[in-house]
Order: sequence, then structure tokens, then C-alpha cells
Amino acid sequence: MADLAVRQDPHVKARLVEGNPSLSQVTETVSKIVESRTQYSWYIAISITASITGMLGLMLAYLVSHGIGVWGNNQPIGWAWDITNFVFWIGIGHAGTLISAILFLFRQKWRTSINRFAEAMTLFAVACAGIFPLFHTGRPWRAYWLFPIPNTDLYMWPNFRSPLVWDVFAVSTYATVSALFWYVGLVPDLATLRDRAKNVSKYVYGALSLGWRGSARHWRHYEAAYLILAGLSTPLVLSVHTIVSFDFAASIIPGWHTTIFPPYFVAGAIFSGFAMVVTLMVIARWVFNVEHLVTMKHLENMNKIILATGTVVGYAYATEFFIAWYSGNPYERFVFINRAFGPYWWAYWTMISCNVLSPQFFWFKKLRTSIPFMFFISIIVNIGMWFERFVIIATSLHRDFLPSSWGYFRPTIVDILTFTGTFGLFLTLFLLFVRFLPMIAVSEVKGMISNEAMHHATAHEPEVVNN
Amino acid sequence: MHTDTATMHGQSIYGVVAEFDRPEKLISAGRKVHHEYGYTKLDALSPFPLHGIDDAIGIPRSMLGYIVFVVGSVGLLGAMGLIYYAGAISYKLVVGGKPLFAFEPSIPIMFECTVLLGAFAAVFGMFALNKLPQFYHPTMNYAGFPGVTNDRFLLVIEACDPKFDIVDTQRLLESLGAKKTEVVEA
Repeated sequence: MADLAVRQDPHVKARLVEGNPSLSQVTETVSKIVESRTQYSWYIAISITASITGMLGLMLAYLVSHGIGVWGNNQPIGWAWDITNFVFWIGIGHAGTLISAILFLFRQKWRTSINRFAEAMTLFAVACAGIFPLFHTGRPWRAYWLFPIPNTDLYMWPNFRSPLVWDVFAVSTYATVSALFWYVGLVPDLATLRDRAKNVSKYVYGALSLGWRGSARHWRHYEAAYLILAGLSTPLVLSVHTIVSFDFAASIIPGWHTTIFPPYFVAGAIFSGFAMVVTLMVIARWVFNVEHLVTMKHLENMNKIILATGTVVGYAYATEFFIAWYSGNPYERFVFINRAFGPYWWAYWTMISCNVLSPQFFWFKKLRTSIPFMFFISIIVNIGMWFERFVIIATSLHRDFLPSSWGYFRPTIVDILTFTGTFGLFLTLFLLFVRFLPMIAVSEVKGMISNEAMHHATAHEPEVVNN
Repeated sequence: MHTDTATMHGQSIYGVVAEFDRPEKLISAGRKVHHEYGYTKLDALSPFPLHGIDDAIGIPRSMLGYIVFVVGSVGLLGAMGLIYYAGAISYKLVVGGKPLFAFEPSIPIMFECTVLLGAFAAVFGMFALNKLPQFYHPTMNYAGFPGVTNDRFLLVIEACDPKFDIVDTQRLLESLGAKKTEVVEA
């Protein structure tokens, strides 16, 4: 019946949802993850990640009490791991917004099974990112100076011409809008959990779902809000990484002062973000048995995006090099030759092999549909993208204009443990998310299934089986 | 039995709820009830947005876009005003020989503030238009209400509808394919 109709229609890009589940089966599959008894493995996992988060707290406390000298940053490399880590985490977040907003506007139905998960990733990645510039100020309790708040300590406004102030606006707007978008998407699903809950969680989910009842009069405003948020988030996500790149491009440091940075950074952000979604999704769909909702089709599509953006990133590396030569600017030329063959050659070639070469394997269908292989490549890509930011920051700074101010950055143990600690925070938040909130957008998946079924019912057969 | 404020067992009633097991059945029943039988106080409860329901039961377009436009514009002009006030009025400071206020470097912050306020307007405007949070609603008295967020589809006709009749309305809904109908109290 509907089953047959869906399978036979060549226009349906098969297998967005496998096995033709009924609406209540979708509800059941996703809600069960939240409702079932907590497994011991979850406790073990969260005790590990929470300990790592605790270490992050200790490192930050140590930094605040001793000053940022406990990090390896020093002249001439004033921005080192902290800004590298900031750009790394922000970039990871961008895939979530791309999936939730841009793919929504492009009517890409395959986004529905993975958008909730990816949006959560965005929020947690932005939380990790925010830590670094905040603590790099050295006095995080004065961070409000960055906002245009009249204050009695300074009697001054922030410099609105500074890309660093633009960045404050961009990142805080991004974090806020991502949280709102995520919450709006969650409301109908929280109502589903409310209606299934038996004990005290009924009140928690009840309060969080605001009394949502799925009224058609509500859905029309809801859908309008969702579309508007997608429309606002799309330029927002592009602006955020553009402005992050302005932090570099608006300076006059050779190696930073280029107009290619905004598109190059945005492509790199999407590249690393999709790799992180693949890493996490491969684990989550296996652990929580949602392989029929997050199918190979989803993973393959994400791998295609990794291939496309990885190739764009490779092209940007080549363009940078070409322009450095073509500009005839000796400082620019020196920076690029030094980048590839100077003291940081190992970082540069790690970046090239991870970001340019490794995604090229995804040209082969066999490789981009192999779970172990894509898991491996997704981790390689994230290593590569961390190195990209490190290369851009450290190699451009370590050879100052005067040879007397040349240096070489070495991270301290505090640098390393702080960065490791943010992974603990990221994973802890993720474990809490998959335990207490629906990790797949139930109402959206049901809407997609039902609309397809209705479409095929009118096209092929009068009867559709829904449950 | 045609009354404006219908009552049942001394309780005032909110209306009639009819349950459907498939969305397309609800939409076609809703279309007939609205367009052929002239009911206007209709609502539909469903686990996901139903396409075509707005036209079927006569729900007007959402006004949310206008609200977002106005509030977003406030964000745009507010940011511009703030930067102008800070740089050209409150604390005049010439940086690098540049004018006290210029559009070009103000654009990023103007843009971000537009998006921020627009997003607030979209989300909180949506909740306000929907009168949420609202933890009680008469339709929640329907025994099958929890199924709405799973796989049930309810068509609701309010008692304040001029065409409403406690018996005829239920009978009509049953004849249009409702699996069951029930009167819910206010």
C-alpha cells in the first residue's frame, strides 16, 4: 500500500525513514530513549566527562588566580591556543545552524532526523567557544565592558569600529538565536513527552512545553516563527564566521590581511561542523537504536557536504598561496613560504593532509557509506580543522617584522588541559541532552512521513496506512 | 436544543471534539464543516502541522511576519542610534582620523541587532499570539487528548459557534468519518 507506493516512486530519494514506521512507532522510538531506565554505561560515561569538565573548572580557576601567563601565549604569539580553540568550537557549531536553517529553507527533507541533534551540538559548541575569549581577557568579571553598557568603572563606550566588538555582538546573538530556535523546535516534542510521562517528569515536561496542544491555530504561528527563524539564522550563521574572520582580516598582519577570509572561514566551519555531526551521530544512532530514522542516506549526504566543503577549503588554501606570490608583497610571500616550510611545517602539512586529502576519499560511494571509515575521516577532519586555525594564528604571528621579535609557541600543560576540558564540557552537555530531551525532532519526522504518505495516496492509491 | 450558551449536567460546555485516525480525513471533514455547513468556530489538534488545514477550516494567515519586521527594524535603527550616540554625541573620540560616525563599520552590529531582536520577536511573538503558556484548555478534558501529540487528529467545534447544536453537530461529525465524538466541558 503506502509502503509499496513510496518504494516504487522514483522521485522519492529513498530511505529517509526506513521500515515505514507508523506515527506512534516514531513517537515510541524516540521517547523510549528518554523514558527508559538510565543505563549504567550512561553513568560511567558521564562520570568520566564530568570529571574532565571539573578539570576545566580547575584550570580556569588556576588561570584566573595566576593570570593568563599560565598559558603559553607570549610576544609575538599573543593569540595562540585560546583563539584557535575559540574558532574551532564556533566553527563546529555552524553545521547545526546550517542543518536547521539553511537546509530548511532549501526544503531538504533529510534534515528532519538530524536537525535537533545538530542544533544541540551548536549550542554546546558555542558554550565551549565562549570560554576562551572570556578567559583570555584575564579578568572575566569585567567582560561586561565589551557590551555598550554605561558603567561607572570605565566612563567609555566600546570601540564600535573594532571587529572584536563585532565579534562580541555576533557570537552572543548567535548563541541566543540558536537557543531560541532549538527551544521552539522542542516545544511540540516536550508536549509529546508530557503526554506520555507518568510521574513527576510530567510536571517538568508540562512546564517546559508551555501547555502546547497542537492546535491548528497555534501551528500556523509556529510555522511562521520557524520559517522566520530559519530566514534570520541563515544570514546570521554566515555573518558569525565572517565576523570571526574579520578578527584576523581587519588587522594588518601578513597572512591574516586577506579578503578571502570570510568565505574561506565559513566553508571551513561547515566542513568541521558536519564532521562533528557525523562523529557524534554514528555513535548515537548505534547506541540508541535509531538507525531506521537516521539512515545511511543522512550520513551519506553529510559526507557529500564534507567532500564539497573540504574541496572548497583546499581551493582556498591554494588561492591564498597564489595571491601571496602574485601580490609581489615580500612579507606576504615570506609568511606563506614560511608556513609550509618553516618551523611549523608539520602543522601545515597535517592541515593539508587532513583537510584537503582525506575528504577526497568520499568521492567513492563505498567509502562514504562505510560507517567505520566515515567515523575515522570525521575525526581526522576535525583534527585538521583545529590545525588550520592554529596554522593561521601561530605561523602568521611567530615571525614578527623584526627578527629580534621572532618566537615559537609551545603550549603549557594548562593550555592542553583547558582545551581537553572543553571536550569534557561538550560531551557532558551532550550526554545530558540525549538522556533528558528527545534527540530527534518527533513532530517534524511525523509530519514528513505523513506528508509523503498523503502525497503518494493522492498520486497512486486512495488508501494509506498510518498506524 | 439550539442555545447560545449550551450546558450539560449544569456544567457549561466548551464544544465538541471529534477524533480522526488520519490527517486527510480530518482535513476533508473540516472543509465540509466549514465550507458546506458554515461552521466558523473551528480548530484542529494534530501532532504536526497539517498542510491545507488553514484553508479548510478558515484560519487566517499568521501576522507574525509583520511583528518581526517592525521589531527587527527597531533593532536595526536602535543599533545605529546607539553607535551614533556613543561615538558622535556622548564621547567624541577621533580614532585614526576617521569620522565620528560612519555607516560602513556600523553595519555588522546593526545587522546582528536586527537578527537578535527579530528572533526575539519571532519566538515571543509566536508564544504571545498563541497565548502560551496556557496550562489548561478545555480540549484537554477530552479523554484522548494525550494522543494528539502522538498520532491522533482532533477536530474541535466550539459551542459558541452560531450553528452549534449539541446533538446535530456530533451527528454531522460522525457522518463525516469521525471515529468518535465527545462533548467537552469548559
